Amino acid sequence: MKKQAWYRGLAIFSAALTLIFVFVMSQREVKAAPASGAGITGTIKLEGTAPHQRPIDMSKEPACAAVHKANPVTTENVVAGSGGGLKNVVVYISEGLSGSAENEVASSKPIWDQKGCQYIPHVMGLNPNQHFEVTNSDPTSHNIHPMPKPGGPNHEWNKSQPSGAPPIDNTWQAPEVAIHVKCNIHPWMSGYMVVVKGPYGVSDDSGSFKIENVPPGSYTLTAWQETLGTQTQKITVAAGKPATADFTFKAK
Amino acid sequence: MRTQHLNFIACAVAVLAVCSLSSAQVTKYQEDENLGMEAHVGKLTGHAKDAATNYRRYCAGCHGDLGDGEGENAVWLDPKPRNFTLATFKCRSTPSGSLPTDEDLYNTVGRGLESSNMPSWNPLSDQARADLVAYVKHFSDRWKTEKSGAVIEIPPEPAVNAERIKAGQALFQKLECWKCHGVEGRANGPSADTLTDDQNRPIKPFNFHDQTKFKCGAEDRDLYRIFMTGLDGTPMPSFSDNVKPDEAWDLVFYLRTLQPMHTQEKEIAKQLGLKPINPNAPAPAAAPAAPNAAPTTQPQSNENKPQ
Repeated sequence: MKKQAWYRGLAIFSAALTLIFVFVMSQREVKAAPASGAGITGTIKLEGTAPHQRPIDMSKEPACAAVHKANPVTTENVVAGSGGGLKNVVVYISEGLSGSAENEVASSKPIWDQKGCQYIPHVMGLNPNQHFEVTNSDPTSHNIHPMPKPGGPNHEWNKSQPSGAPPIDNTWQAPEVAIHVKCNIHPWMSGYMVVVKGPYGVSDDSGSFKIENVPPGSYTLTAWQETLGTQTQKITVAAGKPATADFTFKAK
Repeated sequence: MRTQHLNFIACAVAVLAVCSLSSAQVTKYQEDENLGMEAHVGKLTGHAKDAATNYRRYCAGCHGDLGDGEGENAVWLDPKPRNFTLATFKCRSTPSGSLPTDEDLYNTVGRGLESSNMPSWNPLSDQARADLVAYVKHFSDRWKTEKSGAVIEIPPEPAVNAERIKAGQALFQKLECWKCHGVEGRANGPSADTLTDDQNRPIKPFNFHDQTKFKCGAEDRDLYRIFMTGLDGTPMPSFSDNVKPDEAWDLVFYLRTLQPMHTQEKEIAKQLGLKPINPNAPAPAAAPAAPNAAPTTQPQSNENKPQ
């Protein structure tokens, strides 16, 4: 009998312990995801000379060739500004995000425009299940043909979008760095959709990027460039304090 | 109390043992589970496990034992055999990017694929073909987690008339089919030479002038379906977002005028004196009256080309 009472005590004690643990953990979760997330800013630099970018001959599409007559366009594999800033680099948090921050889907609906037979933007960041819109500003037909990794969680599709056609609304269901997008009618058209979990930033003409609303914590940041690959670095973000992280890619 | 304790420990050990065993058995278990794949075509139910022998005998030579399109004959073939592990299919009744229906795969197995080494497997029984469809599906997990796309319905074919053919030609212009298929459907459009498939292999657009059958069938309905759903894995996009069913039939009728065999549509086009529209002509009125003595196949001279 005595022993049974001891067992009952043990059961009650362990139940209480579990409850306390659950309570503490839930409190911790609330504390860990405050609205006042800090931002991570930084600059992406290119060391060395940017590889030669081929001029694009659009003579097969007179409407687009006319647009670029005064200002000929080139490929955009590596776009470096005058100060060595590297454009179109996606910076995202590859490790360290907790559940809620990791699974949050950005509410913005970015636009992937086809203009002058080029993709604008050339590189776009997205969260899984974040909606994006494909638009056609050209007087010509395009076929929008994203090519995720075959056999992976995202699937290739290919849709025609004639001039004046309504936008195509779509999402990607899983992270993927990166999905190449092409147009078969205009083989020079090339762009990338970079699908990552959590907040991300894309570098601008001067190479600077900003990742907003990062909860305090220690993270691994990854910077991705379409031909120069990826780079990572550790970063610690304190509550309400903007953090900085710079990356340097070496020209191949 | 002690026996209860022992019982508990025994249970825990048993659970652990089962867990570790099952993790070791995953591949075998998975394969068995995958072979439980079914295909439903009308009243037929295909079972993957019943198709193993037929697959090995008739399909593996090209599509490979693992369904990866790397069978021993594959190196000699162009176009390459389908890689079933990727679950991307050309001939579908469903939107671009979605899985085909079981019936789509069943029809492909029965019909074969024109201009490729895939023959018709109609000599096999209906049941055997349904089983093979299930076997094709068992190679990709996508079939376990995803349903087939919603079928793009094809309304009954309307009667063909001159207006519809003219409307179809206008659509051929507007949708810029000629960019790849050529102004006259001769597969010589400005983008034709640069086309590649999803494995980056060169691929040709369909030449309407020398082929009677299409990759995914020979009927008007098949033609309708091909451009509405697109051929996934190829440069041919889906047009269903921007073409209404009635317009789609107009386009079918116009495309029939480009083909080599005698068709009712061709007859009407002849009476109409329908000529290919030159998309690169600056303005229709500005074209001078045939200054070139010898017209070539260049788009610029198509207007003046004698029929």
